[in-house]
Amino acid sequence: MTEKNPEYDFKWCPGCGDFGVRRALERAIERRIIDTEEPVESNVVVAGIGCSGNMVHLLEGPQPYGVHGLHGRTLPIAMGVKMGRPDLNVVVVAGDGDFLSIGMEHIGPQAQRNLNVCVVVMDNAVYGLTKGQSSPTSELGMVTSSTPYGKAEDGLNALRLYLTLGVSFVASAMSSKINDLADMICQGMDHPGFSIVHVQSPCTEYNDTYEDLKGSKRKGIEPKAWAIEEGHDPADMAAAQEILDKGGVPLGIIYQDEGRAPFEERIRELHGRAKPKTVPVMVDSFTL
Amino acid sequence: MKKTDFVVRFAGEGGQGFLTAATGFARANAQAGYHAQTFATFPSQIKGGPTFMQARISTEQMLSRGDALDVLVVFNDDAYEEHKGDVKPDGLIVYDSDKLQVADDARGLGIPFDKLAKSTGNSRAANMVMMGALAGLVGVPQAILEEFVRKRWGNVARYGEDIIPQNIHAMTLGRESAAESGFSLGELAEPNVPDYEQIFLNGNQAISLGAAHAGVNFFAGYPISPATTILLWMEANLVGEGQFAYQVSSEIEAINSLIGASYGGAKAMTSTAGPGLSLMSEGLGLAWMAEIPLVVVDVQRGGPATGLPTKTEQSDLLSAMTPSHGDISVPVIAPGTVEECFYGAVAAVNWAERYQGPVILLSEHALSEREQNIRKPDLDSVKVENRLVYTGDSGYRRYEGGELSAMPIPGNPGNYVANASEHDPLGDTTHLGSRHVEMTNRRFSKLNLLLDGTYESDNTDARIAMMPWGGSKGPSFEAYQKLVAAGMDIAWYYTMYLNPLPPKLLEELKEKDLVLVPELNYLGQLSFLLRAEGVKAESITQYTGLPLGISDVVERVTKRVAGPKQEGITV
Repeated sequence: MTEKNPEYDFKWCPGCGDFGVRRALERAIERRIIDTEEPVESNVVVAGIGCSGNMVHLLEGPQPYGVHGLHGRTLPIAMGVKMGRPDLNVVVVAGDGDFLSIGMEHIGPQAQRNLNVCVVVMDNAVYGLTKGQSSPTSELGMVTSSTPYGKAEDGLNALRLYLTLGVSFVASAMSSKINDLADMICQGMDHPGFSIVHVQSPCTEYNDTYEDLKGSKRKGIEPKAWAIEEGHDPADMAAAQEILDKGGVPLGIIYQDEGRAPFEERIRELHGRAKPKTVPVMVDSFTL
Repeated sequence: MKKTDFVVRFAGEGGQGFLTAATGFARANAQAGYHAQTFATFPSQIKGGPTFMQARISTEQMLSRGDALDVLVVFNDDAYEEHKGDVKPDGLIVYDSDKLQVADDARGLGIPFDKLAKSTGNSRAANMVMMGALAGLVGVPQAILEEFVRKRWGNVARYGEDIIPQNIHAMTLGRESAAESGFSLGELAEPNVPDYEQIFLNGNQAISLGAAHAGVNFFAGYPISPATTILLWMEANLVGEGQFAYQVSSEIEAINSLIGASYGGAKAMTSTAGPGLSLMSEGLGLAWMAEIPLVVVDVQRGGPATGLPTKTEQSDLLSAMTPSHGDISVPVIAPGTVEECFYGAVAAVNWAERYQGPVILLSEHALSEREQNIRKPDLDSVKVENRLVYTGDSGYRRYEGGELSAMPIPGNPGNYVANASEHDPLGDTTHLGSRHVEMTNRRFSKLNLLLDGTYESDNTDARIAMMPWGGSKGPSFEAYQKLVAAGMDIAWYYTMYLNPLPPKLLEELKEKDLVLVPELNYLGQLSFLLRAEGVKAESITQYTGLPLGISDVVERVTKRVAGPKQEGITV
């Protein structure tokens, strides 16, 4: 139940990483409203299906427009919004199942087009809403409700996939580090092209990875997450690859190429070579 | 008596150049004031394979490709064997004597097209030799062809000075060969030159023009026969500020991008065929659920699965009406002529904008390839509608109330969530049964805004009626005219507005003892729907990949009216 709509009764579980992502996204949108002096209605949040998809209903503060679309199809919807209305700021929120399993076919084409939207992926390495099945980012051998004897597939390295597909802005974050995440989302929204902020957003119910990410001295667990050193040059693809070679969960902006024109600019330039016709002229082109 | 109507067919291997001869012959006659219509069918491959294309020329408006052939032009033995049975008893068969001999057929006339073309200095003019020979046989004056050549290759800078005299020479050689043979089908009556301006185009081009006129400014599509040419036209023509047309990575990407674009305020359209419609299924459900206007053009081909990609069929009607799982009834407009392709496309966009939801424009392969001259549309008189837009400044509830409500546009006040899940008035997800009832009723009630579809009717007092749909209109109407001329008491009904049907039409149909529905599918899809509405309907089906033949329809209607229902399904 939210303050703005008492009828809406969806809840994330206590401790869910998505709460942190929500707070960061709210801050990023608030900051953008101030920076651009545009109304909140110039922002459109496109969500898929899964726990993450409820973000559009649960956002507090200034209310953007929202689409809660089909499972896996956030990017095509976002493309429609952005290419029909290049003046709008489009943010995609999706889970690892939505974005990397059923929706993976859409990442490549948008990377090649450099679609000018910012994607926030909430990765908990599990299908939470359907009660704990394995996802592309679940690790090899992981026992889940759908892999009773362990997962037979290797876990997907999503960050490496994004670099390989040519995504022009790739960042990696953790839901509990809200300030850092808000900064990365802001930079992703400002990036002129396709940006993905991949967030480790643990599921306390089916795959609680907080301890793995942060480590525990008491239990002798080394933290999987580590901060990318300040001197890293995101424009350097080789350095970006080296970060991924180190393993674990790097935190920060891994790669950014600002030199590629976003999709809407490409279309504008190509259309500049054509001469727009009125409909009567189009009709007359079929004169006997 | 002079001829007022004839059909010529070219048959051979794809890539033999006769497609341009058929379309050129049709265009030349249309320019002279006749009515012309082409029909083509070919296999799904880049070059080659058994292909045929025909042109029908008439002094009067006509709706179909015609029946038996006056002249058949063949380029190989297979084509001769395949098509000779379609020639009228007093018709002619012209064969390419460079490639085959038809010695034993008294109707046969051999012309060495390529050899004659080479003698003009333009070896690519074989199709001009064909046109000349044909014109000679059916009595089309030489002046008509020469006028066509001068118009077609009039751009000297582009085509050079030689091509016009060469082509006219080639036509003359063809005409002389025909004259030397002694064969002739008599003279063609003078045309009834229309007193209005005309354009010459095919069904897909007419759909594209209609869409442009209706204000479509976002188009995304994926190549698929026989719809691809719509995508190509849109990409070439939807350019400039506020326009977007692009080949995307799949039909799934296409339909979902339409949803995003329309949500942002654009008028969005895609074109596809059966397999693409299947992939768009879930997206069409979302557009219905979230009340997003958009148009999907489905140019039907033989199905299911990959089916017959380059053959015609009318078997997507049920899919089009209920493309998605769940309670859904998508409005369907199915044009039956090239002209209706234009007006149907405008109507489809208008309907989508008016009721705020998806509309399917159901065309078919035979229309997509059919070229003909039609009256140039008077654009000022073709009304264009735009969605009701929210213009208030706060506190709006997008989905409140049981009926259509204004649609907010991002960038302006009125934020809401367009939701694939069942939702409350704000667009937030709900699981309440009462909301599902309220919203389901709301979605269906909006169909009542679409009851303005028009229909044709004739001889409405008769107890038995014919009502085809889509491209079966043409051959069925010509069959109807023959049946009436033969003394049968039968009524005629036709509409392109198949869902929702015009209520008065449905009322009239319910009064009939029998409604016969000629259609190109096995199931009898329209008669199935009509029976569900309480109409005593039966289909006359065909699923050969070709349009209905006029004499077939005459024969089958006559049999059915004379005797009891035939058991089983007949081809």
